[in-house]
Formats: sequence, structure tokens, C-alpha cells
Amino acid sequence: MLAVAQRELVERKQWISHQQFLELLSVSQVLPGPNVVNLSLMIGDRHFGLRGAFVALGGMLAIPLVIVLAVTALYAQYASLPMVSGALRGMGAVAAGLVIATALKLATTLRSGAMGVPLSAIFGLLTFIAIALLRWPLVWVLLGLGPVAVAIAWRRIKP
Amino acid sequence: MNAWMAGHDWVDIASLFGHFLVLSLLAVGGAITTTPDMSRYLVHDHHWLSPEEFTASIAIAQAAPGPNLLFVAVLGWNVAGPIGALATMTGILIPSTALSLWVTRWGQSRKETRGVRSFTAGMAPLTIGLLLATGWILAGPTGGHIGAMLLVAATVVVMVKTKLSPIWAVAAGAVAGAFGLA
Repeated sequence: MLAVAQRELVERKQWISHQQFLELLSVSQVLPGPNVVNLSLMIGDRHFGLRGAFVALGGMLAIPLVIVLAVTALYAQYASLPMVSGALRGMGAVAAGLVIATALKLATTLRSGAMGVPLSAIFGLLTFIAIALLRWPLVWVLLGLGPVAVAIAWRRIKP
Repeated sequence: MNAWMAGHDWVDIASLFGHFLVLSLLAVGGAITTTPDMSRYLVHDHHWLSPEEFTASIAIAQAAPGPNLLFVAVLGWNVAGPIGALATMTGILIPSTALSLWVTRWGQSRKETRGVRSFTAGMAPLTIGLLLATGWILAGPTGGHIGAMLLVAATVVVMVKTKLSPIWAVAAGAVAGAFGLA
């Protein structure tokens, strides 16, 4: 998804430079909300103002939303067929694998981060235990662990 | 109106909308990192979806084109029909969209400041932990099926080691599952 956005916006339309794309992407990664959605909002806003931002958002979501809901509705009709439910189970297993693989790929960037490997591992593990095993609400886990982690990072980053 | 809400009343819809409204602001690193909490709320607390239905909803959205944020609409649809999809999508989009516009306008000049850098560096390990927890919960229904567990492991290895597009992995999973291997 991001690779496609980069190719269209930077290389074909030339609305923004590689440098700007990278900057916008890093900002959109810090913000809550889906990266791609944040990115399209920012680029739309920068070039065409508020109207541009909402047009970009609508363009990003409208057609895929219709497709996905159509597939969902179809699935409800055929869910009882063993092949269909089997295929869905297989896709579910792959979806789990995809998320885990993304986590492992992103985790390699922690090595160069301000937190260092041991602290990153501790905070990552605590978050995993609280969410996956204890099933605590996300709000409390993020509000509890987040400020501690940010405070440690603050002390480690020299002004 | 009830046909559009799959038998739920407006209290359920409001609760659904409110929950996704809060999740929107917590979705640092993408909406997918909030799936454990969605599962807790929809499956564990309210029993609106079974664990299998939850994982299937996300699998459908992963397989279709477009941002994978759309799994939020599929979840809403499967809980409470079209109105449910509308509630979860607007809930997840409004707060993060408003914040995102506000922050960009506030200026990019501050992204090198100590505060912003500490925030990114401090939250990064939590995001990784959350992603791993998401994988764990999505893999939940595979427990006991050797084939499905192998499929999870194989996907991880292939995705980390190669540059294969995820859509091929999803397709392979669908084929394996259709022939009873998962």
C-alpha cells in the first residue's frame, strides 16, 4: 500500500519529493490512526487545503470499502460450505503470521533507537503479557506503561 | 431500521461507536494494534462475535484491496449490519483525522525536539509488543490444528526472509484451508 502511494505521489505525479514523503510518513507513524489514512490527509491538506484532505481520505476509502463489504455479505451466504470456511481459516492463520512478521521486521529498528535492546525487550514483553495473556484493556496498558517508557527515553536522549 | 442493525438497538450502536472513538486515539502504529482490545470488547465482554468470526472478519479485510483499516468496517458489519459498519468506521476515523490535521498544521518544525523524539522512542517497544499480541490473538482459533499452526509459522518465516507480496501468502492460505489443511 505504501509502496504504491510513494510511486504515484512522488515519481508519477511529482506532487512531493522523496524527502517530504519520508517526513510525512514518519509524522503519520507517530500519530494515532492508520498510517496510510493519515498520510493521504496530510498530502491532501498541504496541496489543496481542507477540501483536499477530505477528498484524499474519501478517495482512499470509498471503493475498497464497497468491495470489502460486498465480500463480507457474500461470505455470510456461503459460510456454511466447508471449503469456504476452510479457506477463511487458512487466511486467518496467514493473517496472524503476517502481523507477527511485521512486528519482527519493525523490531530490528529498535536496535538503533534511544531505548536500547534490553529495555525495549522488557517493555515489549510487558505489553505482550498484559494484552495477549491477561487481556487487560489497551487504554490502561498504554497509559500505564507509555509514560514510564517515554520518561526513560527522555532521560536517555541528550538535549 | 432494525434490519439495518442486525437486531441491535441504538444503545448497542452508541456503545460500539463510543468504543471505537476511544480506540482511534490509541491506535498509534495503525488500527491493527488495537485489535486485541476490539476482540476483548466484541468477543469476550459482549459476545457479539465468536473468536472464529472475529479472525475471519480480519482475514476478509486483509485479502481485499485497500487499506487494512477496512477490517474495522467488516467487524462493525458483522456485529450490527450496515449501521454497525458506519458506527465503527466513523468512530475510528473522526478523532485520529482531526488530530492528524491539527498536528500537521501545528507545524513539522517540532519533530526534531526532545519531547517528540522521546515519545517516538519510548512508544516504539510498546507498539511491537502490541503487534505480537495481535498475532497471538488472531492465531487463537488455530490452537489444536497442527496444519493451521504450521501455516502461521510458515507465513512468519516467508515474510521475514523474502520480499514476497502478502497477497500471495493470503492466497496460499486460502487454498490450503479450502483443501482442509488448516
